[in-house]
Amino acid sequence: MVNNTAKIDIKKGLKSAQDVLLFPLIAIVFALFVAVFFVMWAKNMGFFEGAATLFSAIWEGTFGKRANFIETLVAVTPLIFTGLAHAVAFRTGLFNIGVEGQFIMGMLAAALIGLIPGIPAPIHVILVLLGGVIFGAIWAAIPGYLKAKVGTNEVVNTIMMNFIAMNVSNYFVKGPIHREGSASSKMILESAKLYRFLSPSERVNVGLFIGIVLAILIYFLLWKTTIGYEIRAVGLNMFAAEYGGINSKKNIILAMVISGAIAGLGGAAHVAGTIHKAHQLVGFTNYGFDGIAVALLGKSHPIGVLFSSVLFGGLNSSARILQKFRIPKQIVYIIQGIIIIFVAADYIYKWIVQKRKKEAIKNA
Amino acid sequence: MHSVTLGILVSLIAATLRLATPIIFAALGGVISERSGVVNIGLEGIMIAGAFFGVLGSHLTKNAWIGIIFAIVAGMIIALIHAVLSINLKADQVISGVSINIFSAALMSFLLFKFFNRDGQTDGVTQLSYPKEFMGSIPVLGNLLKELNWFVFIAFGLALILHLMLYYTPLGLRIRSVGEHPKAADTLGINVYKIRYLCVLLSGAFAGIGGAALSLGATNLFREGMVSGKGFIALAAMIFGNWKPFGALAASLLFGFAEAFRIVAQGFGWKVPDEVYYSFPYILTMLMLAGFVGKTTPPAADGVPYTKGER
Repeated sequence: MVNNTAKIDIKKGLKSAQDVLLFPLIAIVFALFVAVFFVMWAKNMGFFEGAATLFSAIWEGTFGKRANFIETLVAVTPLIFTGLAHAVAFRTGLFNIGVEGQFIMGMLAAALIGLIPGIPAPIHVILVLLGGVIFGAIWAAIPGYLKAKVGTNEVVNTIMMNFIAMNVSNYFVKGPIHREGSASSKMILESAKLYRFLSPSERVNVGLFIGIVLAILIYFLLWKTTIGYEIRAVGLNMFAAEYGGINSKKNIILAMVISGAIAGLGGAAHVAGTIHKAHQLVGFTNYGFDGIAVALLGKSHPIGVLFSSVLFGGLNSSARILQKFRIPKQIVYIIQGIIIIFVAADYIYKWIVQKRKKEAIKNA
Repeated sequence: MHSVTLGILVSLIAATLRLATPIIFAALGGVISERSGVVNIGLEGIMIAGAFFGVLGSHLTKNAWIGIIFAIVAGMIIALIHAVLSINLKADQVISGVSINIFSAALMSFLLFKFFNRDGQTDGVTQLSYPKEFMGSIPVLGNLLKELNWFVFIAFGLALILHLMLYYTPLGLRIRSVGEHPKAADTLGINVYKIRYLCVLLSGAFAGIGGAALSLGATNLFREGMVSGKGFIALAAMIFGNWKPFGALAASLLFGFAEAFRIVAQGFGWKVPDEVYYSFPYILTMLMLAGFVGKTTPPAADGVPYTKGER
């Protein structure tokens, strides 16, 4: 008897893992399949040749060589942060398209604070990261407040905040912290830089580990604390949560602030660890927008986000190598687009399951 | 009035109208889609497709009008993805819209590479002409009207047609009823899916022209990033205009003005950083949505997938 229930539990566990993982996997396989057709079209190749060229290019670009593997890790790092930022917002039923702007504000905070002289090393780094958290949180609190108190749509407002963030950042990078003759700010001081654990010239840095630890912390926050419970309750059904005594307005603002803080921390870590300065922006960095895809594919689960950020970071870093193989790099972005279209359509899967159930009832 | 001031005024108004035009098209597309109950965040991606295919059509045929037809068809095809996802597959409509934005931007830069064999932007093509002679002959307003291309006039006409269609025809009544209460509409024998498909496809056609208004109206080429958020501004204009054609038109004009003002004001020599001007339309949007409009009311079933026969 006891043995039996244990068996059922394991079966259930496997079944739910299958439910969660199956669809993203189908999405990835299908997207790669479609991408092969684009390669065939772009290069007038046959199917097998196209597939072989694409996959070997992606493999070489992501893991194949030491330098490329390191660049993949560099590309993964900011996506962990932006993916987590989106995941937290999704859990409250919010769509924080403003992660991009919050990330930019985090970068700006690091570029500003990183220039303050006379602060000893470990404290300076901590201040830089803290500045990113605060800038990002403030940038998200505004649309969060407007959503909760005035009822304006957070999607439109966060998009507007992205553009404003870009202009605020450009004001400082072109003006007060501009480095003569460059399109960027002055380099941050040595004491403000995050430790690069392989060698000072290899860009991967402890920001990666901060991201991984953060994912675990967010998992605990969402599933093991009261705050997390309330955030998820509001996301599942705002009215039911209100009825159960949860203040949904407070939680909407709180979730936005947490989301923005994560994004801002990501931006600060990116400057402090990887690029060491803020660039003048002619367009968006896209880390914030890619985070939408990362969170969706990861099913808004912190651990899922870790895995999907490896996939998207890998694709991004392979884009450069694709060009070496004379494959248009845009194909990797098409792959990403198709993956999200598929994830958006995961109702197909639910629909098939439902239909099967109905059939089963009929046949019984 | 002094003739120099008058000149500035005419060019300010003309610039407002020209800059507002792409937004008007996309915002009207948003109106018709959301009136039937489908949120369309994909307007941005559809505009990118329209901008590219408008140029491609004009490049292949040397005729800007055929370019516009290309833009319309391309817009409808991208919108079709959104329709299938959000109507049949009942995807989250915001996520679906975001996914087609990502996909469309990537696809267009791929096609740019494929057809023009270069990155970043296309070659210059035949642009849509300005009806200068005819409009210039109109007294008083002629000076202003000859500064405007055909897109501007089409946009205003479209707003009028959409208004008449929504409020004075049986089809308009059906569209509104589907957006407000699909269950009741279904009971009366209206095909909810069909109406929603029609409206989403039309929104694709409108946003497609909006994209072409950028690439064939304002310039004569397609550049990556040329849409840069105009689809989202259109979305805001639609909300600010309270989901009404004339409201969306007025709100789009306001954004056009905010942008035109920046261009004119940079010539005034005020000691204000450029970034303040660049931010102006976005700050204005937020203020408008937060303060002046207060509570806007979307159609009751906006964003809610409909399942036939479900309680």
